[in-house]
Amino acid sequence: MNCEKLTQELITYLDGRMHEVERRETEEHLRGCATCRERAEQFRRVWTAMDEVPVIDPSFGFDARVRQRVAAEPGRNWFGWFVPQARLAFSAVLLIALTVWIAKRPSGNPGTPGPMTEQDFNAIKDLGVLENYDVVTKMDALSELVPAVDQPTQNSEAEPTQSND
Amino acid sequence: MLDVKGGDNSSFDFLLVKYRSPLVNFLYRMVRDRATAEDLAQDVFLRVYRARKQYIPSAKFTTWLFRIATNAALNSVRDNRHQKMEVSLDAPVRDEESAPRELPARETRIDEHLLERDRAEFIQRAIASLPEKQRAAVLLHKYEEMDYAEIAKVLDCTDAALKSLLFRAYENLRIQLAPLVNPSAPARAEERRSP
Repeated sequence: MNCEKLTQELITYLDGRMHEVERRETEEHLRGCATCRERAEQFRRVWTAMDEVPVIDPSFGFDARVRQRVAAEPGRNWFGWFVPQARLAFSAVLLIALTVWIAKRPSGNPGTPGPMTEQDFNAIKDLGVLENYDVVTKMDALSELVPAVDQPTQNSEAEPTQSND
Repeated sequence: MLDVKGGDNSSFDFLLVKYRSPLVNFLYRMVRDRATAEDLAQDVFLRVYRARKQYIPSAKFTTWLFRIATNAALNSVRDNRHQKMEVSLDAPVRDEESAPRELPARETRIDEHLLERDRAEFIQRAIASLPEKQRAAVLLHKYEEMDYAEIAKVLDCTDAALKSLLFRAYENLRIQLAPLVNPSAPARAEERRSP
């Protein structure tokens, strides 16, 4: 223990909170160092002198004023449980607004149908025909029959022309 | 405090009755004005009440209470420094943490002052002359009897820094209170003044 070390630990020593080994070292130093011994003694006197400072009592109306201010604090009633906190309410409103905005926003995706044209309308109008089972089933037969009926007619007309030539 | 947190107002009353006196005394010694000290103490209790729902018992209640009180006192002292300071603001600024503010009348004719005012007032003024953080540390250590860890939490510093702070504070008080703690001091002071 030296004077500098004692300076750091003097308060702990005077408080009686020093470990046994350090306390013995401190006391040994104090026995040999008049300056530190005098300082330690004067610190003790300062502490004793500080006990002379009177204690004041809070004024008569102190408690009442505190209670009055506490009572004036906005308290939460039983229905307060249902009232959402500000941050939660703000988040919910923001989420709803975002959902509405996305739903109403015109889409730029080419895969989605655009405004309906007259051609589309006509195609849809004929959809009923295409959905007619009888028409669809006979479609192939008709496509085969038409050239078979038309060809002989054309040939019969062409052949005589060629033959005549 | 946990009961207060749970909505038990009678527990808040218990805290009020238990801590009003130490709190008012601590604040009075910090700001040196009774009305201000009581106003600040009310504010502290109100802040405790408002913060009851967020209270987490990670530290002792007194640590939390005096941390709020110390911050309130330091803010008040800093806000009112122009009115409260007994020395001119034009005087050279000294290191806030290492030296106490000078009390000119006391330093020059301290023995006469002792005759004019009682010892308690002299001691109170010596404490009031300490820089704010040293003053808070001394008050919490001497009058509230808090341990180092608690005071360090209140003042937001390490244990080692606190011990150093306390040493400087008591060293300053030892010098300020020299006529009380060291009877040969006035003679020495006179010797220093003479050419």
